[in-house]
Amino acid sequence: MSPELVYALAGVGLCGIGVSGFLLLSHLLRRLLAFNLIGSGTFLVLVGLAQHRGVPDPVPQALVLTGIVVAIAATALAVVLIRRYFHLTGRTSLAEDGDGRS
Amino acid sequence: MWRGLQVLLTLAACASLTGVLAAAVLSAAGSPPPSKLAEQLAASLGRSGVENPVTAVLLNFRSYDTLLEIGVLVIAAMAGISLARTRSLEDPELRSADTLLHALLRWFIPLMLLLAAYLLWAGGDRPGGAFQAGAVLAATGVLMRLGGLPMDFVRPGLLLRLGLVLGFAVFLLVAIAGAMAGEAFLAYPPGTAGGLILAIEVVLTLSIGMILLALFVAAPVINEHEPEEGTGS
Repeated sequence: MSPELVYALAGVGLCGIGVSGFLLLSHLLRRLLAFNLIGSGTFLVLVGLAQHRGVPDPVPQALVLTGIVVAIAATALAVVLIRRYFHLTGRTSLAEDGDGRS
Repeated sequence: MWRGLQVLLTLAACASLTGVLAAAVLSAAGSPPPSKLAEQLAASLGRSGVENPVTAVLLNFRSYDTLLEIGVLVIAAMAGISLARTRSLEDPELRSADTLLHALLRWFIPLMLLLAAYLLWAGGDRPGGAFQAGAVLAATGVLMRLGGLPMDFVRPGLLLRLGLVLGFAVFLLVAIAGAMAGEAFLAYPPGTAGGLILAIEVVLTLSIGMILLALFVAAPVINEHEPEEGTGS
């Protein structure tokens, strides 16, 4: 098993952790972090799987670079939205949970 | 009790999902590569105008992705700025009078600007490029903001708007001009690819740095003196 394949499998693990965190946590910032974990895991799978034969493949690398930049901007927008939401409601989780548990 | 069972079930489902994904990755790793993209890229790299294959993919062969990406960034920045409650995006209360910090920033900021310029230039033939340079540029702005240096250019106004859309506008202009000159949309006229890519990368760097910085400073500062909206006070 090449090191790049280990990266891809680590990315799979990150995806699993992210999905479970996204489902289990209710604090919005933690959910955002979990969502970012899923994204990072996907990037690791893409890059690791594409070069596990030892030759780096520029096409997935470029796609992942695009993805990282979009993910950063989306995360920043989400943080702005979460802060605005907290400003308006005083809660840190969405309304269904009711108790605002943090 | 019910909550614990729920957590256990969710964890089991996620673990099995991870297992399925890992099996898929392993089987994909064992099978032969489905396409010859890397070989095609290496064969046509000479026509792309740059020597770094990642930059060639980003700004020549798949520049559609990059154009849409900078569009997404512009939309995100506009949404973020429109949510900011402060009229001035630069908060005078955050300015610090720490002389040591200011002295340090005076060293750091030129160095970081230099690093951004180097990364931008290096994108032509080695790892680097507009996004990395833009990220360093934004980090410089964040450092200036945290260190409390005045940043008049992030005030919502003509200059900020111009900076936000500059990259997208120039990119689109080049794409449309190429199309009107008889090439395909987003195809560069032969012989001009290198220069056009460099020009696009320069404006992209400026815009990306500006967008990330605008999103950073747009997060509304919680003002203790003001009652929060919606809490009924």
